[in-house]
Amino acid sequence: MKKSLVICLLAVAFAGQLQAQKYFTRDGNITFSASTPLETIDATNRGASAVVDASSGAMEFAVLIKGFIFEKALMQEHFNENYLESGKYPKATFKGKIQNIGDVKWSKDGSYPVKFKGTMTIHGTSKEIAGQGTITVKGGRIVASSSVDLPLSDYAISIPSVVADKISKTAKVQIEVALAELKR
Amino acid sequence: MKHRFAPGLWLLFLCLAGFPALHAQDDDLLSLLGEEETTDYATASFKTNRVINLHSLENTHSGVLDFKISHRFGMLNQGLYDWFGLDNATIRLGLDYGVTKDLQIGAGRSSYKKMIDGYAKYRILHQSTGKRNMPISLTAVAGMYINTLKWSDPDRDNYFSSRLSYTFQALIGRKFNDWITVQLAPTVVHRNLVATSAESNDVYGIGVGVRQRITRRVTLNAEYMYLLPDQVTDNIQNSFSIGADIETGGHVFQLHLTNSTGMAEPVAFTETTGDWFDGGIHFGFNISRVFTIVKPKI
Repeated sequence: MKKSLVICLLAVAFAGQLQAQKYFTRDGNITFSASTPLETIDATNRGASAVVDASSGAMEFAVLIKGFIFEKALMQEHFNENYLESGKYPKATFKGKIQNIGDVKWSKDGSYPVKFKGTMTIHGTSKEIAGQGTITVKGGRIVASSSVDLPLSDYAISIPSVVADKISKTAKVQIEVALAELKR
Repeated sequence: MKHRFAPGLWLLFLCLAGFPALHAQDDDLLSLLGEEETTDYATASFKTNRVINLHSLENTHSGVLDFKISHRFGMLNQGLYDWFGLDNATIRLGLDYGVTKDLQIGAGRSSYKKMIDGYAKYRILHQSTGKRNMPISLTAVAGMYINTLKWSDPDRDNYFSSRLSYTFQALIGRKFNDWITVQLAPTVVHRNLVATSAESNDVYGIGVGVRQRITRRVTLNAEYMYLLPDQVTDNIQNSFSIGADIETGGHVFQLHLTNSTGMAEPVAFTETTGDWFDGGIHFGFNISRVFTIVKPKI
């Protein structure tokens, strides 16, 4: 009886260990630029959500399209109405995996380059992408950042010919999220 | 022995049974954060802050200045000699400014009656879904107008107040989907001075404005102002206008046909003489160009 109780407690403790540590944010920073010499098209969103599983490397990001703020209100309106159709497709998401998650020492200061792969969904259209980023740990603060170039045509975002010269064919998307431990 | 071991074994099974449950949710990480409910406000119910002559449910965005150039050519029934009206035009130049998200102010100057106008427009309710659910938008508009024509009879006692008129409107409407928006506009026009005692100083009307989007960048608009009976002289018609809004980046072009000559509300709604069935129709346009004056905080 005693022995089995010990085994059982060990099993529970072990389960707790395996219970992977996760990190999250609700106010991640995502910016994009589709600027050309003719027109500045930059927007910032400070409300990205993300969860990263520190042991498996699995991660998920989501951001509300309407949360992107432009300098020109009319450009923001057109971005939502005509290009991203945020009424129909309110969110952009990324679901993927950090492939070299083992290299990241979550509790040791340092800057860890990571590679990731996954599915980006924007404007209701999904595309497999791969990229690189950095996870920086400094004094308990964890910041994940990355930059990816997304061709607009991959996401069925059509640009009318009259403005074709003013909008870059590729959006440069920059992500910077400060992650906190997810406690439940 | 066997008998003593059994309960422990059960306990172990229970522990292990609970174990997989702890890991099941790995494929949907974001659900761990729970759904944070947000309020989704209806935007772009119209392409710009006017339907045609009527104020629309939309306000000029906060910190944005909208310069409007509006023309109404002569009436189509003026015939070939006047190039079907194109030889003549009445104009209004106007500025609209978004003070806050919900408050807009503006001023303009029209060639018709050499009228100067100023107004304030405040959105009281904003259609939304999500955390805050509101089926309609409600906006109040108040305008004041000064006729600056020379006195028709300078020898009599003329009072400055005789030049003034006012408009008060409520705009109640809903963007039903990406394509259709409908608004009602109960309206009172007050004129300090009217020409004859048969006319009321206060004129009550109900306006209707509709927009139907036909492509991403083009909408069809129509508006009608129904005046309650026995307030104006018999030659006055209800104002009716149809048109198209074409948006090209920083501009909105509104092209329309209307029986109203003036563009300021008291003139457009209570002094329209054009008869649609007799070719009393003006071709006209409004051009809207916006400038960002105060950049939004990011």
